[in-house]
Amino acid sequence: MTDHFTIRTRSDRFSVQIHKRSLWILIALFSAVVAVFLISLASGSSYIPLSTVLQEVFGESESAFVLNELRMPRVWLAVFVGAALGVSGLILQGMIRNPLGSPDIVGVTGGASVGTVLFLVTLMGEVSIQWLPVASISGAALVTALIYSLSWRDGVTPMRLILVGIGVSALTNAIVTMIMVSSEASVASRVYLWMTGSLYGANWQEVKIIAPVVLTLLFVSFFFTNIVNVKQLGDDVARAVGVRIQFYRLCLLALSVGLAGAAVAFAGGVAFVGLIAPHIARLLLQRSFGILVFGSGMIGALIVLIADIIARTAFLPSDIPVGVFTAGIGAPFFIYLLYRNREGINE
Amino acid sequence: MASFTTKPYIRWSVLVLCVLLFLSAAFTSLLLGKTPMTPGDVWMALFSFDPESTEQIIVRTSRLTRTLVAISIGASLAIAGTLMQALTRNPMAAPDLFGVNAGALFFIVFAVTFFSVESLTHYMWIGFLGALVASVLVYFLGSMKEDGLSPVRLVLAGAAISALFVSFTQGMLVLDEQRMQSVLFWLSGSVAGRDLEMLGPVLPFIVISITVAMFMGKPLNILMSGEDVAKNLGQNTLLLKLVAGAVIVLLAGGSVAVAGSIGFLGLVVPHIAKGIAGPNYQWVLPLSGLFGATLLLVSDIVARVIIAPQEMPIGAMTALFGTPFFIYIARRGGKIRD
Repeated sequence: MTDHFTIRTRSDRFSVQIHKRSLWILIALFSAVVAVFLISLASGSSYIPLSTVLQEVFGESESAFVLNELRMPRVWLAVFVGAALGVSGLILQGMIRNPLGSPDIVGVTGGASVGTVLFLVTLMGEVSIQWLPVASISGAALVTALIYSLSWRDGVTPMRLILVGIGVSALTNAIVTMIMVSSEASVASRVYLWMTGSLYGANWQEVKIIAPVVLTLLFVSFFFTNIVNVKQLGDDVARAVGVRIQFYRLCLLALSVGLAGAAVAFAGGVAFVGLIAPHIARLLLQRSFGILVFGSGMIGALIVLIADIIARTAFLPSDIPVGVFTAGIGAPFFIYLLYRNREGINE
Repeated sequence: MASFTTKPYIRWSVLVLCVLLFLSAAFTSLLLGKTPMTPGDVWMALFSFDPESTEQIIVRTSRLTRTLVAISIGASLAIAGTLMQALTRNPMAAPDLFGVNAGALFFIVFAVTFFSVESLTHYMWIGFLGALVASVLVYFLGSMKEDGLSPVRLVLAGAAISALFVSFTQGMLVLDEQRMQSVLFWLSGSVAGRDLEMLGPVLPFIVISITVAMFMGKPLNILMSGEDVAKNLGQNTLLLKLVAGAVIVLLAGGSVAVAGSIGFLGLVVPHIAKGIAGPNYQWVLPLSGLFGATLLLVSDIVARVIIAPQEMPIGAMTALFGTPFFIYIARRGGKIRD
């Protein structure tokens, strides 16, 4: 009896090795997501008993409207946003081989914000909202390209990437402010609420747009498993076993940007989820990228779900943006990481 | 910049040039705005005031205040930045980057939301408190002796502290939608619509702090040659650091209370001043103040003109010109001169 088993495709093109312990933890995480999902449906400005929630999930109940039209889309959005951010952070951290990587710190979120705000202010009403993720993702991609090229100085070091990211974030903030101040007050306040990271007012249309995007990207990420596992060993090793570093680095970056952009499009800057989720996943699970994709995704979803439950029940009747709570946990954690890894990272 | 330190006439002509630049910026700031004006109107308003003329009244009331606010805030932020860079020996130190602005802002918005504080005098004291808390936090992170944080890493810690405070501030603002619109403009930094009553309570603190800072040039020069050297020369380094810390907190906190968060000025200006005057703080400090005031005046003028008749928050303007500079330093790993 070994402590792991292997799943392969027939042609051996693809295989994953799963430790039994990791499998149990993944199952536990999945159950936790389902449980918190149900609790989230039950809680809000009016409490709906869990039994009613279960009735609704498996059929019909008397609270159908509240559950189906108000809470259900919001909770699904939380799941997708959390999963997208978690995996986006995981890829970024793996790619730059730095535990401090996170889409919001590196400035990807800032770029997505500019894209989204531009869309909301100029195109909203004329173009279908279905194009919103496209705007966010292209904003994120453009700014990421800018950051990457600005950090280039005989190669890119993680520290320089993060520093330049902070600077560019300030710039994107300034641009967003400029767009907001020069647009109408009603638009501005809506954009502002969105910017802090809020799931308020989520609807089925948004869920239907974000779900296929996130699921596809997650699926694709999973197939990069072997490459990332090799890349973790360093560029030299990867090159020696025949991984085309530059090409795959670009692919991974694109995946990370796509995931973060999609999340930002509908939930705004839910800060620090992309930083924390991969760390917890690595702590709990074996260090195989394929497993970590599942783990980070589920942990990201859990974080956003829980933060959202607090956000909409703690200060009733007000609905606080969920980003406030994730930042409350994430920022101290970031400082702790900085302190703990002070020798580990080359500058 | 050997000539600057060795030849007095170069020093003085640079100074005169800077003062001229500053004066013309201040004059332009009085001249440009929504109501068109001739330079004559401005001149008359300043030196032979005629209470019958609408133009002159506008100059005397709104524009003059605005200009004064820009001058004092610009000088304050620049000097606070210079002192921070000297004390932490970190070329990337600045009140906004280390989260001092965000801290002051958070405390003020917190007090406004939960204790309904309305008077500016209270804003000011709360702003000082916020700046103090954030400074202590950063100092604590930065001063962990050998295994402390490197310059670059300290900037990252500052960014995280800022993110924390900013996000809490935003959360509170969402609670109160009516107030949001006005506070939003103030948050992103603005010198518009401030009357003299707002500057009034803060001004004495700013003036005193800047005056104190002007006398710190010589002791700072000694401190910069090394902590041990300074101690052997009989300098009370702890006292110097405490005084400098107090000056930083007063200048940064006071600025935020009046004008909201204005970024990058505290980072950029000290480098320009050091680029001209070399490492001599007796000259760097006054030049920083002068440049800070000039730069904020210019930013404010641009912010007024660029999307007229509307106005841009000045913080967005300073971010636009400050970011390229920040990235330039970041690319060099925090070292601007080798």
